[in-house]
Amino acid sequence: MSEKVYGLMAEFDSPGALLRAAEKMGVSSYRKWDCFTPFPIHGLDKVMGYRNSLVGWVALAGGAFMFLNIVGLIWFANYFDYPVMVGGKPLFSPPMTFVPAYIMMIMGAAFGALLGMFGLNQLPRLHHPLLFKKRFESVSRDKFVIVIGANDEKFCVTETKKMLESLGAANVEIVEDQP
Amino acid sequence: MSEIANIEELKKLAPPAELRRAPVVEGNQGLGWLTDKLSAFAEAKVPLWWKIAFVPAAFAATVIFPICLFYQVFTGVGVWGNNHPDMWGWDIVNFIWWVGVAHAGTLISAMLFLTRQHWRTTIGRMAEAMTVFSVAMAGLYPAIHVGRAWFDWFMFPIPNSNGLWPQFKSPLMWDVFAVNTYLMVSSLFWFMGMIPDFAVLRDRSTTRVRKTIFSFLAMGWTGSAWQWHHYEKAYVVLCGLCTLLVFTVSSIVGLDFCTAQLAGWHATIFPLYFVIGAVFCGFGMMLVLLTSLRKLCHLENIITKSHIDKVAKLCLVSGLIINYIYLMEIFIAWYSGDPYERWVFGHRFFGHTYMVFGWMLIGINVCVTQLLWFKKIRSNLVALFIIGVLINIGMWSERFVIVVGSLYQDYLPANWGTYHPTTWDVGLYIGTLGAFFMLYLLFVKFLPMIAISEVKGATPQADPHHPLGGALKGDH
Repeated sequence: MSEKVYGLMAEFDSPGALLRAAEKMGVSSYRKWDCFTPFPIHGLDKVMGYRNSLVGWVALAGGAFMFLNIVGLIWFANYFDYPVMVGGKPLFSPPMTFVPAYIMMIMGAAFGALLGMFGLNQLPRLHHPLLFKKRFESVSRDKFVIVIGANDEKFCVTETKKMLESLGAANVEIVEDQP
Repeated sequence: MSEIANIEELKKLAPPAELRRAPVVEGNQGLGWLTDKLSAFAEAKVPLWWKIAFVPAAFAATVIFPICLFYQVFTGVGVWGNNHPDMWGWDIVNFIWWVGVAHAGTLISAMLFLTRQHWRTTIGRMAEAMTVFSVAMAGLYPAIHVGRAWFDWFMFPIPNSNGLWPQFKSPLMWDVFAVNTYLMVSSLFWFMGMIPDFAVLRDRSTTRVRKTIFSFLAMGWTGSAWQWHHYEKAYVVLCGLCTLLVFTVSSIVGLDFCTAQLAGWHATIFPLYFVIGAVFCGFGMMLVLLTSLRKLCHLENIITKSHIDKVAKLCLVSGLIINYIYLMEIFIAWYSGDPYERWVFGHRFFGHTYMVFGWMLIGINVCVTQLLWFKKIRSNLVALFIIGVLINIGMWSERFVIVVGSLYQDYLPANWGTYHPTTWDVGLYIGTLGAFFMLYLLFVKFLPMIAISEVKGATPQADPHHPLGGALKGDH
């Protein structure tokens, strides 16, 4: 296989056509492939075999981290390091820490969700071979694309192209790898 | 198109017209048309109306605003009308007002997403932008209200050479956390929602400069199933968190008041009161922005009358809750038997100094809101625009009644005084309004003001199980 090939890109005209093709891809022996769509498509996660995204857990971790940290900070600041007596109230009591800790929990969880999403998607990424492909620009518009990577064991330009055409692709093209 | 099921057959199965849901986008056009339509405004030449609106807003934001800000910071809070016993004046009134404007934005973008209201896709982004810019304006007021703005960093728990820490038991301290968190989280949410749309603008860009800018902003978004999978999860999580913030931030602002032992403030209803008031005020602002932008940006097919009707209904609901709270407040003041409470509430409407604001509150928030019961009014955009402006004025006067109305005559008659805003109060408010509208106009012109990918995702063409989305006969 030539080193210059990133993969093969098959274009579909509707989400329904893409979903049917993805279903067939799912039972084929290809492994390194992905769908590219202008919006999330209902049912595609299942076809692709994705399990629940880890983003929720990252957000939970971020939120819990911030919550406990703020409770600890308040204990440290107002009880341990520089006690300030206000209105005869106890120097530290868990309920009184709730509001700031809760608010900062939201902050922590939000950062967790965003950074978790970036991390799992490997973003920001300023270079991607597909983004050099002129035809790929219509993916953000109204086309639905399946790309099979050249690093797939089964990949063969002619065979794979034939297979993709048999899935009902409107157009199949080679994507060159960019240095 | 042979694979598409017979449309005529489907039409027979469809429910009667009055039971059918209004389509999210009118005209039933394709995805390509929608992409062109939604990105058209950001790509077209700057229209004349935009320039006409931008110049005064930019003047207020870049001339009036800094002058009033610097003069106040260099001289002191004394340049405002704030003085004993009215230590809180326009600065706090405007702070609450701006926080309020923000809340409806989050409610529309986050809470309506969680309840799967597809119509919110068309107005969600505009609502989020409204939130981000108005929280920024709100956050400014307490920061300069403290008097010595260069000591603001004392409010953050930073180890410093004085060995001092913030006093975490105070609701005013909680405000610092709440407003900052609100600003951060709503900005994150806003930005994350725009990433796929930046990719749309990147792919459509014709000049090198645009391509470079939007490539950076889109962060290499390709729209792969893997990316959407995590993106959707992150979006739901952020929506949930933003919904929590809708209820938290204004509650904490309400706590600033109700922990004080002042007649008219010391009421348990205050957190809820402030949340609903905020949402109501924000829906008013949303009506103003939607009705005008729909017309000016030619988005009649996207922001349909049905969407605006729904916003008006939400406005009516929040208005009715607010009316109930007004009634409850007055009832509890009477029922408590506390002479000071009774006196304060009586004075709001029949006192001598500020009763005009009390009646504005009744006239607008109670009476004008009832107009939204009528379908004729809800479908009249000019009427909605005027009602939106009036609601903002009404809610502003409500905050004035609460803040100044309780402060200027408290328990001790020897302590009484009056409050009059100065030029600098007015100037700063005009400055923040200018800054808000300047930022909003820039957003509308240069960023994707409508969530392109979300709107496309809400059309039947995007549903793989719909004939228009390419489903075959028998596909489910």
